[in-house]
Amino acid sequence: MLIGHLLSLILFLPTIAALFMIFLPADRPRMLRLFAFFTSLLPFVLTLILWGRFDSQIQGYQFVENTPWYPAIGSSYHLGVDGLSLPMVLLTTLLVPLSILASTTIKTHQKSFLMLFLFLETGLLGVFLSLDLLLFFVFWEIGLIPMYFIINQWGGENRNYASLKFILYTMAGSLGLLLAIQMMGAASGTFDLIKLTSTWPDTSPLPLFGLSPATVKAVAFWAFVLAFAIKVPVWPFHTWLPDAHTEAPTPGSMILAGVLLKLGAYGFLRLVLPLFPTESHQFAGWLAVLAAISIVFGALGAYGQNDFKRLVAYSSVNHMGFVVLGVAAAAMAAGTQHAIIAVNGAVMQMFNHGLSAAGMFFLVGVLYERAHTRDLTRFGGLWSILPVYGGVLMFTAMASLGLPGLGGFVSEFLVVRGAWAVYPLATALSMIGLFFTGVYILKALKMVLQGPLNEEWNSKLTEIRLDELVIMVPLMVLMLVNGIWPAWLLEMINKAAMAVF
Amino acid sequence: MHLSVLTFIIALPLLTGIVILLLPMSEKKAPRLLALISSLIALALSVWAYARYDIPAGGYQFIQKVDWLPALGISYHVGVDGISLPLVLLAGIVTASGVAVSWNIEERPREFFSFLMFLAASVFGVFCSLDLFMLFFFFEMAVFPKYLMILIWGSPKTREYGAMKLTLYLFLGSVVALVGVLAMVFLSGANTFDMLALEKAGFAADFQRLWFPFVFFGFAVLGGLFPFHSWAPDGHVAAPTAVSMLLAGVEMKVGAFAALRAGIMLLPEGARYWAYVILALATVNVVYGALIALVQTDFKYVIGFSSVSHMGLVMIGFATLNREGLMGAGLQMFSHGVMTALFFAIVGMVYDRTHTREINRLGGLIKVMPMAAVGFIISGLVSMGMPGFSGFTAEFPVFMGAWRSAPIVAVVAVLGIIVTAGYILLVVRRVFFGELPENMTGIIENVSGLDKFTIGFLSLIMIALGLFPSLMVPLVNSGVDRILLILGGR
Amino acid sequence: MGISSGNITPILSILPEILLLILALVVLGLDLGLKKFSPALIGWVTVVGLIFSAIGGVMISGHQSGGLYIWGGMLRQDAAASVFQVIFITGAALTAFFALEDSKCVSAEFYFLLLISTLGMCLLAASSDLIMIYLSLELASIPLYILAGFHYRETSSVEAGLKYMLYGAVASTIMVFGFTFLYGFSGTTQLYAINAAIQTGQIPPMVTTMAVMLILAGVGYKISAVPFHFWAPDVYEGAPTVVAGFISTASKAAGFAVLLRLALTILPVLSPYSPYLLAAMAVASMLVGNLLAINQKNFKRLLAYSSIAQAGYILVGVAASNNLGAAGVTYYLMAYLVTNLTAFALAQVIGQANSNDDISSLAGLTQRSPVLAFSLLVSLLSLGGIPPFAGFVGKLLVFSAGVQAGMAWLVIVAVLNSVLSLYYYLKVLKIAFLDHPRETPLIKIETNSWRIAFIVCLAGILILGVIILPWYGWSITAASSLALY
Repeated sequence: MLIGHLLSLILFLPTIAALFMIFLPADRPRMLRLFAFFTSLLPFVLTLILWGRFDSQIQGYQFVENTPWYPAIGSSYHLGVDGLSLPMVLLTTLLVPLSILASTTIKTHQKSFLMLFLFLETGLLGVFLSLDLLLFFVFWEIGLIPMYFIINQWGGENRNYASLKFILYTMAGSLGLLLAIQMMGAASGTFDLIKLTSTWPDTSPLPLFGLSPATVKAVAFWAFVLAFAIKVPVWPFHTWLPDAHTEAPTPGSMILAGVLLKLGAYGFLRLVLPLFPTESHQFAGWLAVLAAISIVFGALGAYGQNDFKRLVAYSSVNHMGFVVLGVAAAAMAAGTQHAIIAVNGAVMQMFNHGLSAAGMFFLVGVLYERAHTRDLTRFGGLWSILPVYGGVLMFTAMASLGLPGLGGFVSEFLVVRGAWAVYPLATALSMIGLFFTGVYILKALKMVLQGPLNEEWNSKLTEIRLDELVIMVPLMVLMLVNGIWPAWLLEMINKAAMAVF
Repeated sequence: MHLSVLTFIIALPLLTGIVILLLPMSEKKAPRLLALISSLIALALSVWAYARYDIPAGGYQFIQKVDWLPALGISYHVGVDGISLPLVLLAGIVTASGVAVSWNIEERPREFFSFLMFLAASVFGVFCSLDLFMLFFFFEMAVFPKYLMILIWGSPKTREYGAMKLTLYLFLGSVVALVGVLAMVFLSGANTFDMLALEKAGFAADFQRLWFPFVFFGFAVLGGLFPFHSWAPDGHVAAPTAVSMLLAGVEMKVGAFAALRAGIMLLPEGARYWAYVILALATVNVVYGALIALVQTDFKYVIGFSSVSHMGLVMIGFATLNREGLMGAGLQMFSHGVMTALFFAIVGMVYDRTHTREINRLGGLIKVMPMAAVGFIISGLVSMGMPGFSGFTAEFPVFMGAWRSAPIVAVVAVLGIIVTAGYILLVVRRVFFGELPENMTGIIENVSGLDKFTIGFLSLIMIALGLFPSLMVPLVNSGVDRILLILGGR
Repeated sequence: MGISSGNITPILSILPEILLLILALVVLGLDLGLKKFSPALIGWVTVVGLIFSAIGGVMISGHQSGGLYIWGGMLRQDAAASVFQVIFITGAALTAFFALEDSKCVSAEFYFLLLISTLGMCLLAASSDLIMIYLSLELASIPLYILAGFHYRETSSVEAGLKYMLYGAVASTIMVFGFTFLYGFSGTTQLYAINAAIQTGQIPPMVTTMAVMLILAGVGYKISAVPFHFWAPDVYEGAPTVVAGFISTASKAAGFAVLLRLALTILPVLSPYSPYLLAAMAVASMLVGNLLAINQKNFKRLLAYSSIAQAGYILVGVAASNNLGAAGVTYYLMAYLVTNLTAFALAQVIGQANSNDDISSLAGLTQRSPVLAFSLLVSLLSLGGIPPFAGFVGKLLVFSAGVQAGMAWLVIVAVLNSVLSLYYYLKVLKIAFLDHPRETPLIKIETNSWRIAFIVCLAGILILGVIILPWYGWSITAASSLALY
């Protein structure tokens, strides 16, 4: 019985925990944090069970739950996982407990913070688990609200501006998605993703302004693309991201970079490509161009920063560019081996970037908590006084850079391998971008760890604590595992990729 | 004699109003207690009716018919269907909440609660009417409670203007509709005010096209349709909290409901003929209302204009004349009613404590009245059409309906959503977040227990409907079935 | 035409009138013979006598709804006449009670004149002959001229009486002039015979329309319809308030009684334009009355203009000239009687307490006397046509008739006007309910008779507004009996 509703359980346990927290006293932050941590471990454990029982040899969705939710308009509560979504679920349930552990930096209204965080987890998981277009949209939007308040209430100095920019960007992006979903629902009478995937490509859309059906479909396609491109984010829709990341509190940044950005990429894979194969094929070139630009400009932008957190934020644009490049290649070459390799790479990259970005943001947070500044020019030579921290930072940065042997290398390699045959020029440009990735990461490491020590830090900065290491260790282990034995993940992804494309 | 539960629901507040008025003037506590008990019983009865309504059977239920003036086909004829029953429930909810948040009213409590009960009886009566005479009777009965309540307990600066404007607009709308109704009754030779009989009258197409605008737009004035909407913000803002709640939460639905019942359902051919005009005007409502709300500096005006904007979606839903649109409109009436009641309740709580509604002079209230802030945020999310809340459940089908009948409406109206998000976030940030102004530090009290209960109650309804649409959708759908049947199965 | 004669029926048919005459004589006699009695007694006697007369009227109306020509065709005793007689007598009885509160009016002469005027109205309602119409009209009017000037120590009252008389005289002269035309065309003064004569005649419509206009002038004065309304504000303001109330209700009802009879018999035959003439009068009355009422400072003047506008609404029912219209007019007049008498009774006591009739002196009425404040609300909203009060039903019926007669445009004008009128009624209510009182003394009512009459009026407003059936039954019977020509 429980196994039959495993996904629902994973999905709603955080919400139930959050509602339960209403009745806990607000003035015991430590207790609240521990409560939230342990309850958020439950979904993680359940995800491990899910993983264990998931049969990676079966194509298609497993653990499916399907009950009518809003039958009047043809929407149902339809959940299921496949090889594309399961890694994302794992990533989410892993990062949330770690972020909650990292929330010691939150000094005010801990209870509300933790509750919002748990609500956020439900929102994120819902997107990955939904097999119904409307349900997908519901969770897609719900996730925004806790994130908005997390930035707005516990963020840095510019939090008002950043949070408003974040929510208006993403909501504006969602408008087109909303309209397109409405139109698709009105035209086909169902929101069920499995049904839509098989029927929608051949269904003619509703008339709009007297445009031809093909054009209307193209418009709907772009509406989807825009919504997801903002979330990923793809250049030139990325400008909300550095602000939001920089202003968000450390746990918020971890989830934002670790999971939230993946929603956009997941949307491409789960919705855009299967629902709009023709349009995807037709417009994939544009997407590849944007991806290449994101990779190059993301790296250049990161290089230009002197704020450590902003630098890491721009690195996300850079890294997520590879995901989009993979998507573009898969769209163009759907049905070929290249496409499958590219999708494998893209999903793998999503997972790896989730690990490394969360780790990087956490490490920036660790430093900021001690130094109260993120200005790179004021650091330098810290390795001498913080050897353990330096080592951890070096490791994580290398994983992010794509050092062979660590996770990032495998996924970026796969993307490039898949895209090379499809878009040689864009891929070549991306390789140049990869070079800049190395440049900005080394710049950061140099300015923080090497060089002469700024004397003012000599006695002030303390070594990374054990409880902080506890957060980093699982991330680092996974980075290493992904680097040397990616098969545990790829096998599953590959099966799903072959099914979808 | 067989008495319908609806008769009790209508009569209870009416009698309570009279009894309260007969109490001695010195009595301060009894009126509110009586009003609360009576409105809770009315609420309980409407919940009972809601639960007992037989959805598969559909149609009008809990019918009671007593001849009033048989010569003209006038009767006391009550009954509810899937469209009106949620509205009866809404009226019950908002009335009880209105009494609860007015608990500590100091000035002339006797008259206040008495008038409030008359107002409640009026809206119950309209929603239950199956007779057009009775509909007008109950609707216009509310003229003096509305006027006097805004006048006596309203905000001193604008109450005279607001009360007069609101009353005259509403009266104007209703009498214009009356002319159309009289034409239906007398010019067509139907010679009855009974709506069930008029539904079958089969008016000629030309006749319908000529008289539909009178009936529909007359009532649409009460529903706040552009360009007849301007009474709404002015009136709502001038009114005391409980009256704003009832006016925006329920009275605007009275207009929309009557426009549907007497306009679209009795003159379906007229509705088809005029649908595009309505769609165009309602789209203006949605976008224009939201834009005007965005630039308001008065907290309460923001909510006032937001009502105009949201009622536009109801009208769009009507004018689509298809299942999704009508069902969405039905849900939106309920959802918006609860939402706007909560909005106005919280605005009232804030004003009672800070004595200002200027957004720029407020701030940081979440620190002193967290529950009010949470309630406002939740109704804000409903207002934005955020999934998971009732606003989404209601607005989404409206848009789907619009896609079916006039896609451009959906594309334009969706702009209203983003603007709504803008003004809601703006208000939340300015009023509830940030720093508490110096002059308010330390003197602002938290909201009372009863207030908290009301906020929680209304919020829960909106969340429940957002998560479980099936709580209301099958019911509304059964009402829509009938309308579609009348519209000729389209 | 079966004009019956002989036996007892003619006497019985005019039983109310006879009773009224006897009552008037008794009142005079009481005054002469029994000076030592309290003057209030005369009032009570009047009211009791009026009630008997009214019951007499009801009995007759119950028996002969078909219409019976009596006294050589001078009178037509039918249901319409009976219903109107009940209206007049009720109005007179209420006025008699209200008058007891006004010490300057408590005298036998007052009641005698009141009764004679009522007698005239009763005859007018039954008149079916041009000469009889003229005679009874004068009989009803002349006592009112005196009553309007009854506060003879106040110049305004005397002025009111004089003005009323001058206008009245001119108007009735014009009407008689019109009547002469009719006699010229048809060679008869009998209304229902004129009808038959004209139908066969070959008179240019221009001339007949002219005659209609002349007749309308005379009746228009009686009902204070524009453009024959000029006397109304001054007379209402100057005359004793109780008299103004009587003039604005019973006397207006008498005007409508005869107008209704004319409109349903000869007017449509005389001129195809007569519905439009009536409609034009209706529009003008509504517009002028309502627009001028908005800026009035004096409560009685406001009521005067409102009463002009009300005449306009009622004229919608007359212009419709159908069965429903006649019923609607009758119902409206009943509703209007109780409603406007309430308003004037309020004006009376409030005016006495403040010694002026300014609207601004209504300020804070709700604190000075909550009951009176709510009564004001009831009466003004009833005038405005708001349910659950009598005025709503009246308006609904006349508007229905208008639509039924294909005059939807007129009804649209009328409903827009009722919005306009609600504006100034609400403004008065605002002053009464919101503003702070300038003078604080509580308003005292001295006499029980006033209270009784007042309660009757208020109850009447509610009963006519909610329990429609019996009164509508009367009205429709009356209407049907008129239409038999």
